[in-house]
Amino acid sequence: MAAELHVALVAADREVWSGQATLVVARTTSGDIGVMPGHQPLLGVLESGPVTIRTSDGGTVVAAVHGGFISFADDKLSLLAEVAELSDEIDVQRAEQELERAKAEDDAEAQRRADVRLRAATAAR
Amino acid sequence: MGAQLRVYKRRIRSVSATKKITKAMEMIAASRVVKAQRKVAASTPYATELTRAVTAVATGSNTKHPLTTEAENPTRAAVLLLTSDRGLAGAFNSNAIKAAEKLTAKLEAEGKEVVNFIVGRRGVAHYNFRERKIAESFTGFTDDPTYADAKKVAAPLIEAIETETAEGGVDELHIVYTEFVSMMTQTAIEARLLPLSLDEVAAEAKPKGEILPLFDFEPSAEDVLDALLPRYVESRIYNALLQSAASKHAATRRAMKSATDNAGELIETLTRLANQARQAEITQEISEIVGGASALADATAGSDR
Repeated sequence: MAAELHVALVAADREVWSGQATLVVARTTSGDIGVMPGHQPLLGVLESGPVTIRTSDGGTVVAAVHGGFISFADDKLSLLAEVAELSDEIDVQRAEQELERAKAEDDAEAQRRADVRLRAATAAR
Repeated sequence: MGAQLRVYKRRIRSVSATKKITKAMEMIAASRVVKAQRKVAASTPYATELTRAVTAVATGSNTKHPLTTEAENPTRAAVLLLTSDRGLAGAFNSNAIKAAEKLTAKLEAEGKEVVNFIVGRRGVAHYNFRERKIAESFTGFTDDPTYADAKKVAAPLIEAIETETAEGGVDELHIVYTEFVSMMTQTAIEARLLPLSLDEVAAEAKPKGEILPLFDFEPSAEDVLDALLPRYVESRIYNALLQSAASKHAATRRAMKSATDNAGELIETLTRLANQARQAEITQEISEIVGGASALADATAGSDR
């Protein structure tokens, strides 16, 4: 059996996704990082951005994560985020509208959020 | 119908209407308790993971942080009191307020100035009525708090603790909320949230003596702790808000249940009284008829003679 790691993606108010995976790619403040089974224990700060999880059955799960942490130990990886959404939960049209509105209102925070959502949604396709 | 009987009938009608309302409120509260409990359960994975991460940093490095450093002689303490927006919950709010008063008295006895932060209209009203100063208050979400609400509450508190005491900051942060023990028991408790004792967090996170591995910090232990601690505080406040909401609904349910029971009892008593009044009325009518008839009989018997 190929080595696997157990991934739990949890938002503040719910568990968004959990399961077995072979590779997780996330963006920390010092750059993208890929974690595979057997990685050394790691605790990092996540940037807002898409997180890609390659599941054991060959599928790919992409989630938009808005700030948070990645922690890995004993082949257990947890992604903690205040807000996290799976790519198929994201309404692309609404995110686009939000991006437009944020640009018009010059709201950097909202713009960043909408941008992350869109990137996650497009990365999943 | 006699006047007495009419009065009873009217009272029975009004009490039954009240009973219907309290019964409905009881059932609404019961369903809300379940919902609130589910929210508490849903927020647990995040809280546990976060606690684990904080423990990892705490045990894996000797980083100092304003949120974990004890002031040498604390002079000002913030108290965050969680109450509800609406009443009709028995002693729920007054218990929380009482616990906050006790804590305030204790802190003042230790020579600390107390700064009040209040969640919920009930608490705000209590403090305003007594003309006490409120540093900041938050209302409108106590029935169904979200994480964004917790962030909103936490932001000024974290800012206050990071500010130097001389410039209006605080040294300590205490939180008073109602812990949801069970459907029947909710207790108002106080806890010191900040400065955070990392040893305590560690003890909470690994009761089985689990040894955490040496972590590689990305970008650095300081930065991780910097980002981690405010989130930890937020998550603790979020948990307290959720528990307080669940407790409030449980208290409402109980208060409404006893109101419904009381109304039922009152209806029973009033029905008995109404029956008695009706019976008395009938008895009186009969004796009036009998009296009248015998008076008539006496009168005719007299004229016959």
